Amino acid sequence: MKVVVCVKQTFDTEAKIELKDGKISDAGINLIINPYDEVAVEGAIQLKEKGVATEVVVISAGADKAMDAIRTALAMGADRGILVTQDTAADEYARAVALAAAIKGENPDLVLAGHVAADDGASQVPTRIAEILGLPHVNVITAIEIAGGKATCTSEADGGTQVTEVAVPAVISSQVSWNEPRYPSMKGIMAAKKKPVATVAAAAAENKTKIIEFSLPPAKQAGIKLEDEPEVVATKLADWMKNTVKVEVK
Amino acid sequence: MAGTWVFVEQRDGNIRKVTYEMLSQAKKLGDEVSAVVFGKGVEALAPEFAKFGAEKVYVVEDDVFAAYNTGAYVAQIIAMINEFKPNAVFFAHSFNGRDFASRLAQKLDIGLATDAIGVELSAGKGVFTRSIYAGKVLTKVEITTSPVLATIRPGVFEVADGAAAGAVVKPAVAAAAGDVYQTVKSFVATVSARPELNEAAVVVSGGRGCKGPEGIALVEQLADMLGAAVGGSRASIDSGWLGHELQVGQTGKVVNPNLYIAAGISGAIQHLAGMSSSKFIAAINTDTEAPIFNVSDYGVVADLFKVIPTLMSELKK
Repeated sequence: MKVVVCVKQTFDTEAKIELKDGKISDAGINLIINPYDEVAVEGAIQLKEKGVATEVVVISAGADKAMDAIRTALAMGADRGILVTQDTAADEYARAVALAAAIKGENPDLVLAGHVAADDGASQVPTRIAEILGLPHVNVITAIEIAGGKATCTSEADGGTQVTEVAVPAVISSQVSWNEPRYPSMKGIMAAKKKPVATVAAAAAENKTKIIEFSLPPAKQAGIKLEDEPEVVATKLADWMKNTVKVEVK
Repeated sequence: MAGTWVFVEQRDGNIRKVTYEMLSQAKKLGDEVSAVVFGKGVEALAPEFAKFGAEKVYVVEDDVFAAYNTGAYVAQIIAMINEFKPNAVFFAHSFNGRDFASRLAQKLDIGLATDAIGVELSAGKGVFTRSIYAGKVLTKVEITTSPVLATIRPGVFEVADGAAAGAVVKPAVAAAAGDVYQTVKSFVATVSARPELNEAAVVVSGGRGCKGPEGIALVEQLADMLGAAVGGSRASIDSGWLGHELQVGQTGKVVNPNLYIAAGISGAIQHLAGMSSSKFIAAINTDTEAPIFNVSDYGVVADLFKVIPTLMSELKK
C-alpha cells in the first residue's frame, strides 16, 4: 500500500510575527513542518512499520525552501519526496489543485495530511484534494485501522468522538493528538540526504480569493498585578470577578 | 441573487448556539436571511430560526440526512444553490461545518473563507476577517467567486432577537444513498456537564503550576462554580492531566470567552495566541515575571493551591 503524506512548511509556533510592507515577515523565523502534518508523517511511518504501508511518499507545495520540510520527513523515515514549486501566495484552492495533480500521478492507496495548518488555520486543503481526486475523506483523526479495503477512523469531533468508515483509497487528515512524532535520528538524517526528491512545477490554477490586508491585533495591556498573602489577593480577585466582570456564581 | 443562507449546526435536533450567532450577524448585513436545515424530524425546529431573523427556513428531511455525511449534504445543497441562487452561504466553523464547506467549495470550483471572525457583504461581494497564526495576525480576505462561502467561528458574534417570518420551504430531496461515502459507525458524546470550550462564557484553564490531577481538580471545581469550561495549556495536556480536546493555544483551540482564568499557566506565546482575545483575563501564578501577567486584566502572584479555595469561598458569599 502506497501512502502519500502532504506537508506544509510553516513558521515555528514559537515565532513572534511582524509585518513588513504590509506583509508577514519571515526574517529570522525558524521554519518547521506544520505540527499537524508532522503527525501525519509519523502516522504513515507507523503504518509502514506495522506492514500496512509499503512506501511513504512525502509531498509539499511551496517555495524551494520547502525542501527542508521534505528532508525532515525523509529523515523521520519517509521513502521519497516530491516538491511542487508554487507561489506561496497560492490560496487553498490553488494549493489543493497543485497537490492533487501531483498526488494523482502517484496513484496512492492512502493520502494523509494534517487537518489544519498552524499558520493560516484554513482547514480546507485535505478535503479539497479529496474532492478533486474523487475520493472519500475523513478529518481530524486520532486513530486509524486499515483492513479489507476500508479505513476505520476515530475523529475528535465537536462534543465527542466519532468513528467513521470509508473505502480506501481515501484522504485522511490528522489531529495533532494522533501520535507523538519521532525526532529524526542521526542515521535518519544521513539517509535522508540520499533519498530521491523530485521537483515538479505546480499545475496552473488561479486563486479564488484575494488577500486585502494583514494587520496585527491590538496589543493587550497588562492590568492590575497584586503581590500579597494568598488569602488577601484571592479576596480581591473575587471582588473584581463579582463587581467588574459580573460573573454568575452557581 | 437571493440573500444569505445560514446552514444550521445541529445534532439530533440540538441546535448549536453558533447557528443563532450566524443568523443574528447575517441579519445585520441587510440581505434577506434564510436558515437551511437538513436532517430527520427537523421541521419542528423552524420557529427557532424565525426568532433570530430567518425570513425563510429551507427544510430538507430524509433518512440520508439523519447523520451528517459530506456526500449527501453536498449533493443536496448544490441542487438548492442552483435552484434558489443565494448570494452567500455561511456554515459554522465546526467539525462538520468546515468539512461541508470545503468539499462544497471545491465541487463548485470556488473560494471559501474559513474560521471568519468578521463579515462584510455588499453587492454580492464578501470580505472576511480571519484570525491567523492562532490569533497572532489578522487578515482580510475577499471571496472573488459566487456564491460567497464562509465558515464562521463560534462565540464571536452576539445573538440578537430579530423576529422574522420563518416561512418553511421544502426543496426536493436531491441526494440518495448512493451519494454517501462515509459510514458513521459510532458517535460517543463526551460526558461532561460543562459547556464546550469555544462556546463558554467563562473558561478556567490549568497549566504546569497545577502540578498534577489535584491542581486540575481545583481548576475544575472553580469552573463548575462558574458554569465554565475547563481548558489547559500544552504542559497539562502533554502531562496527561487533561485530554487534547481541552488544549487552548496554537495547536489546540482558540477561545474568546467573557472571562478567561489562567491558573498556573506561565503564558508561552502559543498559549497566549489562543486566549488573548478574551474580554477579561485573570491570572494566578507564583512567578511574578510570568508572561501571562502581560495580557492579564487582573493578576495575582500567589500559589493557586491557596488562592482557589479562598476565591471559591469568597465568590459564594
